[in-house]
Amino acid sequence: MPKRHDIKKVLVIGSGPIVIGQAAEFDYSGSQACQSLREEGVKVVLVNSNPATIQTDLEIADIVYIEPLRPEFIEKIIAKEKPQGIIGTMGGQTGLNLTIELRDKGILEKYGVEVLGTNAKTIEDAEDRKKFADLLIKIGEPILPSVAATATEQAHAFAAEHGYPLILRPAYTLGGTGGGIAYDRAELEKLMKLGLSLSPIHQVLVEKSVIGWAEIEYEVMRDAKDNCITICNMENVDPMGVHTGESIVVAPSQTLSDDDYQMLRSASLKIIRALGIKGGCNIQFGLNQKTAQYYVIEVNPRLSRSSALASKATGYPIARVAAKIALGYTLDEVVNAVTKRTPASFEPALDYVVVKIPRWPFDKMPEANRRLGTQMKSTGEVMAIGRTFEESLNKALRSLEVKKSVLEVKAGEELEPLIKVPNDRRLNAIFAALRKGKSVEEICELSNINPWFIRKMKNIVEMEKEVGLRRLEESVLRRAKKMGLGDRRIAELTESDEMAVRKARLMFGIKPVYKMVDTCAAEFEATTPYYYSTYEHENEAKPEKRKKVIVIGSGPIRIGQGIEFDYCCCHASFALREAGVQSIMINNNPETISTDFDASDRLYFEPLTYEDVMNVIENEQPDGVVVQFGGQTGINLAEHLHAAGVKILGTQVDGIDIAEDRERFRALLHKLGIPQPANGTATNEKEALEVANKIGYPIIVRPSYVIAGRGMAIIYADEDLKRYIQEAVEVSEKRPVLIDKYLENAREVEIDGVSDADGLFIAGIMEHIERAGVHSGDASCVTPPVGVSAEHQRTIVEYSEKISMALKNIGAINVQYAIRNGTVYVLEANPRGSRTMPYLSKATGVPIVKMAMKVLMGRTLKELGLKHTPKLPYYAVKSVVFPFLKLAGVDIVLGPEMKSTGESMGIDRDFGIAYYKALLGAGVVLPMKGKIAISLNKEDKGKAGELAGKFLEMGYTIGATDGTAIAIGKDAEVLKKASEGTPNIITMMEERKLGLIINTPQVGKRSFSDGFKIRRAALENSVPLITNLEAAFGMAHALKAAKEKEIGVRSINEHVKEVEK
Amino acid sequence: MVKGVLVLKDGSIYAGEGFGAEAVAVGELVFSTAMTGYQEALTDPSYAGQILMPTYPLIGNYGVNDEDGESKKIWAQGFVVRERCEGFEHAKARESIDEFLKRFGVPGISGLDTRAIVRKIRSEGVMPACIAAYEREIDFNELLAKARALDYSSIDFVREVSEKGAKVYGGGEDEIGGAGKGREGRAWSGKKVVLIDCGAKRNIVRELNARGVQVVSVNCETSADEIRKHEPDGLVISNGPGDPALLGYVAGTVKQLIGKMPIFGICLGIQVLAHAVGGKTYKLKFGHRGANHPVKDLASGRVRITTQNHGFAVDAKSLPKDYVVTQVNGNDGTVEGMRHESLPVFAVQYHPEAHPGPRDSEYLFDEFVKMMK
Repeated sequence: MPKRHDIKKVLVIGSGPIVIGQAAEFDYSGSQACQSLREEGVKVVLVNSNPATIQTDLEIADIVYIEPLRPEFIEKIIAKEKPQGIIGTMGGQTGLNLTIELRDKGILEKYGVEVLGTNAKTIEDAEDRKKFADLLIKIGEPILPSVAATATEQAHAFAAEHGYPLILRPAYTLGGTGGGIAYDRAELEKLMKLGLSLSPIHQVLVEKSVIGWAEIEYEVMRDAKDNCITICNMENVDPMGVHTGESIVVAPSQTLSDDDYQMLRSASLKIIRALGIKGGCNIQFGLNQKTAQYYVIEVNPRLSRSSALASKATGYPIARVAAKIALGYTLDEVVNAVTKRTPASFEPALDYVVVKIPRWPFDKMPEANRRLGTQMKSTGEVMAIGRTFEESLNKALRSLEVKKSVLEVKAGEELEPLIKVPNDRRLNAIFAALRKGKSVEEICELSNINPWFIRKMKNIVEMEKEVGLRRLEESVLRRAKKMGLGDRRIAELTESDEMAVRKARLMFGIKPVYKMVDTCAAEFEATTPYYYSTYEHENEAKPEKRKKVIVIGSGPIRIGQGIEFDYCCCHASFALREAGVQSIMINNNPETISTDFDASDRLYFEPLTYEDVMNVIENEQPDGVVVQFGGQTGINLAEHLHAAGVKILGTQVDGIDIAEDRERFRALLHKLGIPQPANGTATNEKEALEVANKIGYPIIVRPSYVIAGRGMAIIYADEDLKRYIQEAVEVSEKRPVLIDKYLENAREVEIDGVSDADGLFIAGIMEHIERAGVHSGDASCVTPPVGVSAEHQRTIVEYSEKISMALKNIGAINVQYAIRNGTVYVLEANPRGSRTMPYLSKATGVPIVKMAMKVLMGRTLKELGLKHTPKLPYYAVKSVVFPFLKLAGVDIVLGPEMKSTGESMGIDRDFGIAYYKALLGAGVVLPMKGKIAISLNKEDKGKAGELAGKFLEMGYTIGATDGTAIAIGKDAEVLKKASEGTPNIITMMEERKLGLIINTPQVGKRSFSDGFKIRRAALENSVPLITNLEAAFGMAHALKAAKEKEIGVRSINEHVKEVEK
Repeated sequence: MVKGVLVLKDGSIYAGEGFGAEAVAVGELVFSTAMTGYQEALTDPSYAGQILMPTYPLIGNYGVNDEDGESKKIWAQGFVVRERCEGFEHAKARESIDEFLKRFGVPGISGLDTRAIVRKIRSEGVMPACIAAYEREIDFNELLAKARALDYSSIDFVREVSEKGAKVYGGGEDEIGGAGKGREGRAWSGKKVVLIDCGAKRNIVRELNARGVQVVSVNCETSADEIRKHEPDGLVISNGPGDPALLGYVAGTVKQLIGKMPIFGICLGIQVLAHAVGGKTYKLKFGHRGANHPVKDLASGRVRITTQNHGFAVDAKSLPKDYVVTQVNGNDGTVEGMRHESLPVFAVQYHPEAHPGPRDSEYLFDEFVKMMK
C-alpha cells in the first residue's frame, strides 16, 4: 500500500514531564516518529509540556509547541495549525488518553483531524477492561476472570467468588498508578478507593491473580494490510505480581521452548489482528511453566517502555516503522534502517542476551516502602548486552551506579523475607543466600523465580569463589571476564585494587572485543555502528581513521540525574557531527535518545565505570573525551581518566575539583572576594557541633561529593545535628560533612552559560519561585527574573565571570546564588552541563550545549557570535513534578534533597499565565472557584492574611485550620484537623469540597502528624497541593492572570524569533 | 575435560570445549538464526550431512523432551554453540543437550566465537568442516584433510534419511486427538495423502492428520505406480537434505503424477517439483536457515514470517511457462513459492509445518486439503 498523499501535516503528542512510569522512552519514540514522518515530506507539529526533550528541538519537528497537554490547549493548536492527522500513540498513556478525550469532545471531528495509525476505537478496545475482556473471549484467548468495577461493592462480590489475592488496576492510568495487590478485604477497600479516584473514568479492574507464574511479553507490529511481525519477546525474571517496569527483564526469553515461544507468538498475532492495531503494541502473558497454561494479562496499544527496550535490545526502530505505518506504508515497503538492504517486515534475530534492571529512587527516599508490586516505583533502568546471561547481568549491575550500601544485604540481616517479598534488594539477597550455601531449590521455592536464572547466578557465585581462591591466575581471570565480572569486583575478591587487576589482565592480553547489534545475528551486513563488549575473539568495532570524540553518557534516569543530562549528551554528539568529527557515545540507558542507533556516529552500549569506559577509549583512541554533559557520572570519571592520560576536553580535572571540593571552593571565593554563606567542614560529630555553633543555626548539612543533594538536610538544633551525624551519613577523614549556613527566606537565582578561555556567555538568569533551601532541581523558576534588581543581576554576571575564569572553565557552567538582605551569595558552581540547560535553551532559542561543545572543539565565543544574554520579550517558567503518589510513606515536603522526577515549561508574555501554563503542564489543575484550604506553619503564619486576601479577592472562599484561621481572621472558615473529629479537612477532600490545599510543613522536624496526613490525603484524592509559601503566592498570581486574561497558544518557533540576541 | 575443535576447509581452526559424543564428524558447516527450537532442528533430516551452528549463543536452556523431535534421531553431523546450558529447566525436559548428543553419537563443541564464524560463512559461503570432541590428542591435519575431502553436493543424503517401506499415519482406529492440538473430537475425513519421504519432518504428518487426513509415508525411491496403488487423494513431497539435482529419480516419479492428483511440495519438495517440470536449482551462498524470513505472496501482497532451512533455491527463469512464481523472499527475492497455472500443483520453499518457528503458514495445509475434493 503506498503512502497516503492526503496527509501533509501531522500533530504528534508528547508525553509531558518525566514521571515514574512514563519517562524518557516517549521522548525517544516521539522524536523517532517525527523524523520518520519528516523523511516522507510530512510537516510535523509537536506538542509537549516538557522542555527537556529532544523532540521539542526545532530540528526534530517543524513546529514545536511547549504547552500543557490538555484538550483545551490542543484544540487551540489544532485550530491554528490545521493538521490532517494526529498521532497519539507515541506519547505514552498521556498521548493515548488525550487522543480519546479529543475525540470524545468532538474536537477531532470539528476540525477534520484523523487519528493516524492505531485508531481511537482500537485504543478503547485495548484500554477499556470490559471491552478488552469481551474481545479476547470472542477470539478464544484466555483472560483472567475479572470485573471492571465502578463501585467497591462490585469488588467485594468478585472477591467472594474468586478469593484473594486480587490484582487491582485503575483504568487509563500510567505505570500502574494506584494499582496493587489486595490480600484481604481491608486492602481491597483501600485500593478500590484510591483506584476509583485516580482513574479518569472511575473504573478499576479487579482481577484474579496468577502471582508466581512466569511473565512473558511480546512486542508486535501490524500494518493496514494485516501483515504482522513480532519484534522480540522478553521474559521477566521476576514472576507475575511485579510490574514489568519493576522487573528484571531478559530478552529474548530464555526458558521457553520453541513450542511455548510459538504458542504465545501465535496468540500475540491473533490479538493484534483482533484489535486492528496499526503500528506497535505490547502484549503481556502470564504463563504457568508447569502446565503451559497461559492468560493474556494486558495489551498496550501504543509505543511503551517495553517497546523502547525492545528497540534497543534488537536494533529494530519500532517507533520509526510505526510512524511509517501510520502514513499508510506496509511493513515490506519500509526498509530495515539497520541493514539498509532488507525490508522491515522480518523478525529480528538476536545473537546476544539482553538484561534490563530498573533503577529505584530508594537511595534518595529511604523512608519509602521498598516492596515492589503492580505499581511502578523505579525512575529509570539500565540495559546490558553480553553473549551470556551471566555477562549481561554483571554488566547491568555495574551500570546501575547505586551506592553499594543502598542495595547490599547487611550482615546478620534475614535473607528469606528479602527473597520472598519482591523488593529492590532481592537480587542481592539471592546472591548472598547462594554465597551462604542456600540451595537453588530453596531460593526458587521462596521467590518463584525460574531455577534457570538462579543457577546462572550460582555460576557467578562459584566463579567469584574461584577468583578468591586462585587470585589473578590467567585462566581464571579469563573465565571471570567472560562471565562479566568487573575489574573492581575481581579486586574486591582478591583483596587487590582495580588498577592491579587491570594491569594483570592487560599483561595476559585479556581485552574485550566489540560486537555489533545488527537485528539479524550477522546474517546480513549491517551499517549501524551499535556495539557492545564481550570477551571473545573477533573485534568488529574497527576504529576509523578520522578525528573523533567520545561523549560519556549519563546512565540510568534517577532523581537528580534525569533526562536533562541525556539531552545534553545528545546535543554534544549532534554538535560533533555538525563539526565533521566522529561522535562516539557510551551509555547504558535503553530509554533515551542518546542510545538511539543514529544519534551518534558510533554507540557503545556499555556500563559507565572506569573499566568499561577505558576499554572503549583504548579501542577507539579518540582525540578527546567529554565528561561535562553526563551529570555526576562523567564528572566522577574525570579524575581517573585524566590520571590514565586521557585527554579531557574542556574544563580540566583541577577546575572540576575546585568546584567540587568545598574547602578549595571556599578558598577560591575568598580570594575573589565573593560572599558565600558561612560554612565549614567536619569529620566527626564534635567538629560538626563546633562548626554549627560558630556559624549559627539553621544550617544545611551534606556529605561530600553529592549528587542532587543526596543526604542533605536543613538542621535547626544540636540535637538534630547529632542524630544526622549518627544515622544519616558516613563521616570520616576522607568523607567529611559539609556545613553551610542556611539563608532563611533568601531568593535563589542561577545562571547557565558557556565559557571559553577569554570570557563567559550567560545564556540566562533564572529566578527560583520557592525560597532558597529547596533543591534547585525541585524549585520552579522563571527567566528572565521578575524579582531580581538590575544591580543584583549585574553582580551575578560579574561573579559568574570571575568564577568561570578562576576555574579555567571551558564549556558549560552553572552557578547558583542566594540573595538575602541585599547581598548576593554564591551557593555553588557546576563546571558542566546542568539540569536547566534544556529548559533555558528552549526559552532562549540558543542551543547552549551545542555551543559549549563547539567551544570544547576549539571555537571561540566570539566566532560563535555569543556575547550578550538574550533578551526575551516573554517569560518562560519551569515547574516540576514529584513522584510522591507512587511512593507510599514519603512526605510531600521540599527541601535540600531533590525529589522531583521531571519538569514542564510554560511560556507567555505574561508571567502569571506562563506560570499557570507551567503548573498545568506539570499536571497541577487549579480550581477556578470554590474553597481553598490553608494550613501554615509557625514561620509562615504572619503572611496568612495576605495570602488569603489574594484568593478572597478572586472570589474563592477560604477554610483554614485553627491557628491559621486565627491569623486570617473572620474571612476564614475553621476546618478541623483529622485528629479533631469529622467533618475535617481530610473528609472534605474526599468529598471533593476543597479545590486546593496550601499546607506548609513545620520546619526542622519530620511530622507524621496532621500535616503529613493532610498532604498525603491531598495527593491520594488528587487535590492540588502547595507546600511552599512563595509558590502559593505565585499560584495566586497565576490564577489571577488565568481568570482575567485570554490564554492563547504560541509555538516556540514564533517565540524565539522575537529574542534579541 | 573433553576438548573440542572445529576445522574449516579453508584451514581455520577453532578450539573450544567438547560435549556430546566423543567423536569426529564431517559436514557442511551452516548457521541458523532461529533463537529457539534446537531439538527440532537437530532432528530435522534436512540437516543430514551438515554441522549445525545456531547464532543464538545460549543453547540447551530448556533441555530436550519426548515431544519436540522431528524424527527418531539427530541427523546433524555435529553441533557448534557459543554456550551449552548445563542447568536446563523445563517441565517437559527429559535430558540435557549434552546427554541428547551423546545418545546419538553426535559430537558438539561449545565456547567458540560463533558470531565470528557466522560472519566468515556470510562472506565466504558455507564450507565443509570437521568437528571433533576428544579427550587426548588429535591430529588437526587429519581433520583438515577430512574436511577437504567432503563434497557435499555429490552425496545423495535423501536415500540415507528416507525411511524404508511405507508407513501409515492416522485414519482407521487412531485417535485423531493425539495427532494435532485443538482438533480433538473431529472425525477422520476419509482423505488420504501419500507423502514422499525425502527426510520428512514429523510435523508435516501431524498437520495433515490434524486436518483429518490419513498419511501414507513412502520411501523416496517408491515409483509412481506404487504410489498410485495407495489410491491417494493427494501427494506431498517432503523436505529433505542435499542437492536436489541428484534427485532425478524422485523428480521422475513426481512428473508422472502431475495432473493426476493435487501435489504439495515443501522445501526440498519445491526443488524436486522444479526439476520434475524441467526447471533448475542452484546453490545459495550460505542458504536460508532461521525462523524470521519474510515471504511475500505476490498475488495478495501479504507478508508472512516463515521458518526456512535450505541451501538451494529454484531458478525462477528456468521454470516452464505454465508454472508461476507465487511467493518470493523479502530479503533476497529468491523463489519461495510456485504453482501450476491451472492444475492443483503448488509448492513452497519454507516450512509451513513450522516446528521450529512461526506458525503463520499453516493455512497452506488447509488450502491443500481443500484441493482434494
